[in-house]
Amino acid sequence: MDLENQARIKQLAEQYGNESLIVVIGSGDADSSALVAETVTTGDPSYAGPLTEVQLGLAVYHILEPEVKEHIPPEVYEEQVALMELALDAEGIAQATKKIRDDASAG
Amino acid sequence: MFAGKKVVAFGERDGVQGPAIAECLAAAGADVVFTVTECVV
Repeated sequence: MDLENQARIKQLAEQYGNESLIVVIGSGDADSSALVAETVTTGDPSYAGPLTEVQLGLAVYHILEPEVKEHIPPEVYEEQVALMELALDAEGIAQATKKIRDDASAG
Repeated sequence: MFAGKKVVAFGERDGVQGPAIAECLAAAGADVVFTVTECVV
């Protein structure tokens, strides 16, 4: 995640409170999803940005995860996301994102 | 899940882009506070 965006998310977490902010990502593969999810939960794994060693512990989901999809009106999802859902490894991406989320909440 | 929540729509150029995520979340009742599309190289 680029440094500017790390700073912005850190500022939003301070503004609204870590418990109140949800991050929904749209990364194109499992590795990149895990990287972004890790950055907003346990800190920047590249040790380069403002979130280095900052454990925001934010709730993070991928837009392709079934538990996110079920909350979105089907016609909107169809129009905005369905094509990419077919093109990407939705299952792998969902598993990678969930793993980071579960690991972070486990402690 | 999203109704009334502050949400960041963090898209990626080679995946689902920020505005598409934001559109979905707004329709789910979220308050989208930041929308961005990163380009991963």
